Amino acid sequence: MKKIEAYLRHEAFEPIRLELLSLGFPSLTISEVKGSGRQKGITERYRGAELTNYLRPKIKLECVVADRDVQTIVDTVLKHGRTGQVGDGKVFVTPVDEAYRVRTGEAGEEILQAHPDAAATS
Amino acid sequence: MKRTLMRAVAGTFAAALLVPAVAAAQDGPTIETVAGELNVTWVLVATVLVFFMQAGFALLEIGFSRGKNAGTGIAKILVNFAIASVVWWAFGFAFAFGGDGWLLGDSGFLFQYGRDVAGEGATGETASFFIFQFMFAAVSLAIVWGSTLERIKFVAYPIFAVVFAGFIYPLIAHWGFGGGLFAEIGDGVQDFAGSSVVHLTGATAALSACLFLGPRRGKYDADGTPRAIPGHSMPLFGLGVVILWLGWFGFNGGSTLGTGGNSFAEVVSVTNLGAAGGVIGAIVALGLTVKKMDVGMIGNGAIAGLVAITAPSGYVEFWAAPIIGLVGGIIVVYGVFAIDKYIDDPIGATSAHGLAGIWGTLACGIFTSPRLAESVGIGNEGLVYGGGLKQLGVQAAAVGLTFVTVFVLSSITFAAIKATVGLRVSPEEEDAGLDISDHGMYGYPEQFIPTAELYTAGDGKTEVVA
Repeated sequence: MKKIEAYLRHEAFEPIRLELLSLGFPSLTISEVKGSGRQKGITERYRGAELTNYLRPKIKLECVVADRDVQTIVDTVLKHGRTGQVGDGKVFVTPVDEAYRVRTGEAGEEILQAHPDAAATS
Repeated sequence: MKRTLMRAVAGTFAAALLVPAVAAAQDGPTIETVAGELNVTWVLVATVLVFFMQAGFALLEIGFSRGKNAGTGIAKILVNFAIASVVWWAFGFAFAFGGDGWLLGDSGFLFQYGRDVAGEGATGETASFFIFQFMFAAVSLAIVWGSTLERIKFVAYPIFAVVFAGFIYPLIAHWGFGGGLFAEIGDGVQDFAGSSVVHLTGATAALSACLFLGPRRGKYDADGTPRAIPGHSMPLFGLGVVILWLGWFGFNGGSTLGTGGNSFAEVVSVTNLGAAGGVIGAIVALGLTVKKMDVGMIGNGAIAGLVAITAPSGYVEFWAAPIIGLVGGIIVVYGVFAIDKYIDDPIGATSAHGLAGIWGTLACGIFTSPRLAESVGIGNEGLVYGGGLKQLGVQAAAVGLTFVTVFVLSSITFAAIKATVGLRVSPEEEDAGLDISDHGMYGYPEQFIPTAELYTAGDGKTEVVA
């Protein structure tokens, strides 16, 4: 099992979500985050005084999948996340030791994405 | 008799106050001069109420914008109002009210005391008319911009404001209020406070702007299905609606241009009933369609009721007002749903001011009572009083003329703006929001700037004083 953690532009998220859903990966989490990188800050002027903002808003997408699915997810993220400009973000893949479904207590890889029967219920 | 008594009392009271000031004059103030001053007083009170509608438009539009476009709404309202003020003084007022030729007025440019306006030297009373009518021009201009939220370049505002407040609105105002073209259709077009002249004019320009701008990014799916782009504050929106409702008492009530016969009290009552009908109409339509009491739509219903009752407010009896408002409220709900499929109008101005404005103007042809048609002195009674379709036809002609004229003139202006300085911001600026991209600052800084940077990225000299 691997966790994929991607830092992305906001506008990249919706196409990624739609494609992952169509590929059978509906389970993911996002957070609104702020961070700095090579992208320049924004200078705000407030009544004559300046305030430069180095931390830029990004979206953090987290998703845990079986090892064999990692490349599919990463490819989808790269495909929709890339504009070619500085500030597109980063993707990290880390190992995950254990996983549990809270509702049933089941453990293991099979709990990672939606239950096979759950597709019809929304 | 009661009126005579009140005038006498008011006259005595005013005379007592004015005695020191006029002691040098040979004659004291007459009942007529005091009555005239009372008229001007009411017109100025109404002027103030209509000015406050700018706050209503600002809050309504900002509430319906996303938080990244909140500050720009304030800048827009102030800049447009300021430019329109000067333009109206320089030539807008003259085109609108400086004479009774069928097309345009031709006197009163650079308006001031003593200057010739329609063959008479301007007085303080003329000034009250000048400033009151300007507020209408400013309302009409404010209506244009609601539909252009979140994507229009700031530079479009001053350019279009000059053309609109200086020429387009004065042209229609001259036709409708200044003795121009509309006075010569039939026995005159009935538009008491401007369902067509003010609201349809603004909404038509808004429609033109929308067509030249195109929808906001993300408004439509790949297959063209409209998506909701929720505004950031229903409380601000709702406060805007209530302020507009308040301002409308001056908008319609002040259009009596005086206190004679106390008809302004009737007009204000009719206006309130119309607004009430609009809210009720909206909740009925919502109940029949989406089955959820959409907060924004209920507000739109109030506005539509007010827009619809604007033309008939001086012409209809109390009983007709809630009906006119109710139909306006129903129209706006279905209108917003229908227009949203094709045109991105973030606040629904084309429905609330356009469709309801058309309905309100036509409603005169149905509900105008013979008593009020006679006392205002324009047009005839409507359909329900046995007037047949005559007045309705006159009203329809005014609607058609207003729409076509404003649409053509606005489209020429917007096409010229688009071809020269550009009408729409870049996609990157639109995503970032107009607050930061146009104004270099956020309307809600704490929401966009990390707290860490706001409070600790200083020079370290700030001390806590305990």
